[in-house]
Amino acid sequence: MRVLQLQVNGDTLETAAPVHWTLLEVLRYRLGLVGSKQGCDKGDCGACTVLLDGKPVLSCLTLAANAVGHEVTTIEGLAPKPETTSEPALDPIQRAFDDCGALQCGFCQPGMMLSARALLNTNAHPTRKEIQQALSGNLCRCTGYTQIVQAVETAVARVSGKTEPDCAWVAELARDRAQIDSAPNEASPSSTTPGPGAPS
Amino acid sequence: MSARDQHGLAAPHGEFQIIGKPQRKIDGATKARGSALYTDDLCLPGMLHAKTLRSPHAHARILSIDTSAAQALPGVHGVITGQDMPTPYGVIPWTPDETALAVDKVRFIGDEVAAVAAVDEDTALCALDLIHVEYELLHSYQSPQDALERNEPAIHKNKRGDNVSKRVQLDFGEVDKAFETSPVVIEGDYSFHGSTHAAIEPHCALAQVDGNGLLTLWSATQITHYVHRALASVLDLAPHRIRVIQPAIGGAFGGKSDPFSLEFCVAKLAQITGRPVKMLWNREEVFYAHRGRHPMDMHYRTAADESGRIQSVDAKILIDGGSYSSFGLVTTYYSGQLLTGPYDFPTYRFDSTRVFTNKPPCGPKRGHGSVQPRFAFEVQLDELAVQLGMDPIELRRRNSIGPQTMTVNGQRITSCGFDECLEKVERASDWKSRRGKLEQGRGLGVAGSMYISGTNYAVYPNDMPQAGIQLKVDRSGVVTVFSGANDIGQGSNSMVAYVVAEELGLTLDMLRVVAADTDLCPVDLGAYSSRVTFMVGNAAIDASRKLRKLVVSSLAEHWEIEERRVRLVGGEALDLEDPTRHMTMAEAFQIAEVKHDTLGATGSYNTPTLGGDYRGGSIGASPAYSFSAHVVEVAVDEETGHLDVREVWCAHDCGKALNPTLVAGQIEGSVYMGIAEAIYENHQTNRFGLHAGPSLLDYSMATTLDTPEIKALIVESLDPEGPYGAKEAGEGPLHSAIPALSNAIFDAVGIRLRHLPFTPEVVLRALREKREAERQTASPGNNP
Repeated sequence: MRVLQLQVNGDTLETAAPVHWTLLEVLRYRLGLVGSKQGCDKGDCGACTVLLDGKPVLSCLTLAANAVGHEVTTIEGLAPKPETTSEPALDPIQRAFDDCGALQCGFCQPGMMLSARALLNTNAHPTRKEIQQALSGNLCRCTGYTQIVQAVETAVARVSGKTEPDCAWVAELARDRAQIDSAPNEASPSSTTPGPGAPS
Repeated sequence: MSARDQHGLAAPHGEFQIIGKPQRKIDGATKARGSALYTDDLCLPGMLHAKTLRSPHAHARILSIDTSAAQALPGVHGVITGQDMPTPYGVIPWTPDETALAVDKVRFIGDEVAAVAAVDEDTALCALDLIHVEYELLHSYQSPQDALERNEPAIHKNKRGDNVSKRVQLDFGEVDKAFETSPVVIEGDYSFHGSTHAAIEPHCALAQVDGNGLLTLWSATQITHYVHRALASVLDLAPHRIRVIQPAIGGAFGGKSDPFSLEFCVAKLAQITGRPVKMLWNREEVFYAHRGRHPMDMHYRTAADESGRIQSVDAKILIDGGSYSSFGLVTTYYSGQLLTGPYDFPTYRFDSTRVFTNKPPCGPKRGHGSVQPRFAFEVQLDELAVQLGMDPIELRRRNSIGPQTMTVNGQRITSCGFDECLEKVERASDWKSRRGKLEQGRGLGVAGSMYISGTNYAVYPNDMPQAGIQLKVDRSGVVTVFSGANDIGQGSNSMVAYVVAEELGLTLDMLRVVAADTDLCPVDLGAYSSRVTFMVGNAAIDASRKLRKLVVSSLAEHWEIEERRVRLVGGEALDLEDPTRHMTMAEAFQIAEVKHDTLGATGSYNTPTLGGDYRGGSIGASPAYSFSAHVVEVAVDEETGHLDVREVWCAHDCGKALNPTLVAGQIEGSVYMGIAEAIYENHQTNRFGLHAGPSLLDYSMATTLDTPEIKALIVESLDPEGPYGAKEAGEGPLHSAIPALSNAIFDAVGIRLRHLPFTPEVVLRALREKREAERQTASPGNNP
């Protein structure tokens, strides 16, 4: 056992843990900060990503002792303090992930959102390629990454005032695309007209 | 099918307020804040941690197990082996061949042998090292061919004394005659390598026995109801003394459909120790738990006339089932039964054999049993198009089965937007002007598919509803929806909320959804076979309309107007003809409560009787089918064999997109998964049965950088029986991504890849063979 004093999400927290415990284990099983997830425990998936002094690190490959003296930010510390008591506050990235459908099972997303936050902290206007690059250490099995990248782009656009906060462009994309592609001469989709396989 | 099961396409009051519009998920903000609780996030006072001892051998008899040293280790509270829970189970009741821990034999490397509960994981792991197991090694079957040819030692005992898990042979029409008389026949061998789900959350379960002897299990399962039944049987405990809860789940894709060893083990260990017990499998263990896509060796023959109309299809399929049955009975049927659309052909035959091997057990993965045959058949159709000199989209259009039809194996097709799917991908990809005109090494390929929206085959036969919903009303205006369905990230809890809010004129913040808790919720058969939106959506409409009737009639009486004038919308009740007359839904519920007493309603859904009149005819019979078409654009690097999938257009007929954001997400996730398993993923075992690399890195998960640009195109054919016309969107859009890729590679560089995966080595070898063949054709004089 070793006594650790950690700076997490602005708090100074003291706990004791076995010397070999990782930062992820201490966060989850000592400090109750279970938002950081364990997907592989060997640095493959990125679900455990936290920020250490603003830089993304894999907390499953970081010994808890090595986090002493650094500022740790977990998903629980990403949202700002609420301005009103009626609406919980969200970081623009969190809001955009919610709006854009990027949160399917949600398990990889704490790490994903922190990687995105680290990117935007150093590059406020990333290209799509830069976003993909920055998130390439975070595996997602649900989304095909499409709505995740769209969410980060949405967050960027909103912060620079280019997009209405109540945007639904991601949602409408699939439909609009289908409509735009429909030329006027297209036969109207009918589910009642028998096809060639209909029994005569 | 009773009237309660069909609700029409229309919005309950004029125009849709919520349905069909982009909405946030009801748990979105919670997940965004990292505060959704998954099973491993739960922690109970005095909780012990359990770990599993696994077999190091692929096939062996257990001669003895000595757990005494493990029992004696300080900090260890319980050790169990197969003898503690010898009752066999299986998710399909006809094939109960699994036990919670191995009883007399182990059947693959990673098979569960013993489990330990201790004060912490480290102690439990130390205790595992102290368990001594004596094995007698048996011949291990590492190929399905070996398992087919050799019977002894049998992996499981069966009456035939062989290693066959299931065989299905079905004939529809005069197949041989069709092949004799058809001018064009294409024949070939195809194979699918198998793949696994790799949900980012590993399996986890937590059990507690309370003071009344009630066993509560929290588990990352996608079928709470079946786990409940299996626990009762294996633990020999009355079902009413068991409660199963599914917390938030970190992805499933079919990989959390079976009851798993850890669920029984934590329950038993909680009973033995009197303390809560949690077990979290590590990533390596999840690879052993598997239940992923079956490897299949497939021989296909397709007969067609000169115009490209398909006359017959004949398939022979050998399925590598791995070590247990799992859903294998259904897989074997699905491998043939689900191929009979979206194309119309008059005769069809398939002969599918699933054999056991000493490898991690296969099961249902997104597109259960039908992704592999779809790959083979859609590549074969491309070969047919080449032979006929036809545009492959045109070939598919010519054979399209269309709506309101019956397939050759007796499946009823209602809505069908397949033609529109083809049209969408054709236009979106600019197929006509680009195909064949791209630079060297780049190509476009197309494929189509069909999938079920739920199945009318309940895994245990019964006449009770397949989906149920219960509504509870609060005087604050809140409606709590109790749904047995498992939200596995696809958003089924949100879907239920959208439906109830639409029907009752509520805003989404007035809805609470309590789901997948066997004590609180009506039974639902779980998240599989793409059944939830269709079945639970219909049940939610059914319940809501009953409740709405009570509210509307009460208000009509209260306002002394006709019922048709009452509208519930946006959290308010109004009189359509007198704008001064309105009230909040909270007030409306209170008026209804005065009149009808405590308010509530239940709703159900059952499929109509479906399927052909033959043994197995109901397997693959669905109340509705979804349709997809894909166009893939690929660039092949002829120097390295590297495939760069540039863009994938996927048009999917989901009937109606209840929330287009979520439908687009399902399409995109499906396309990603299909392309990734075709190119990168590797679930192979070596000749000893050892997994090649049970980690996400070695298995090779695709990252943002490996994933193509995906263009989802929603097609809405409005199914007459779906909730507001909706059908599934979660599995169908995976299927044709893979053959469309193979077909695109052919278009790009002229190599026909019939065997997955498409690794650089495979691509290079095919290119070499093609050059070699061209050289020989170019200089025939050189041949002796």
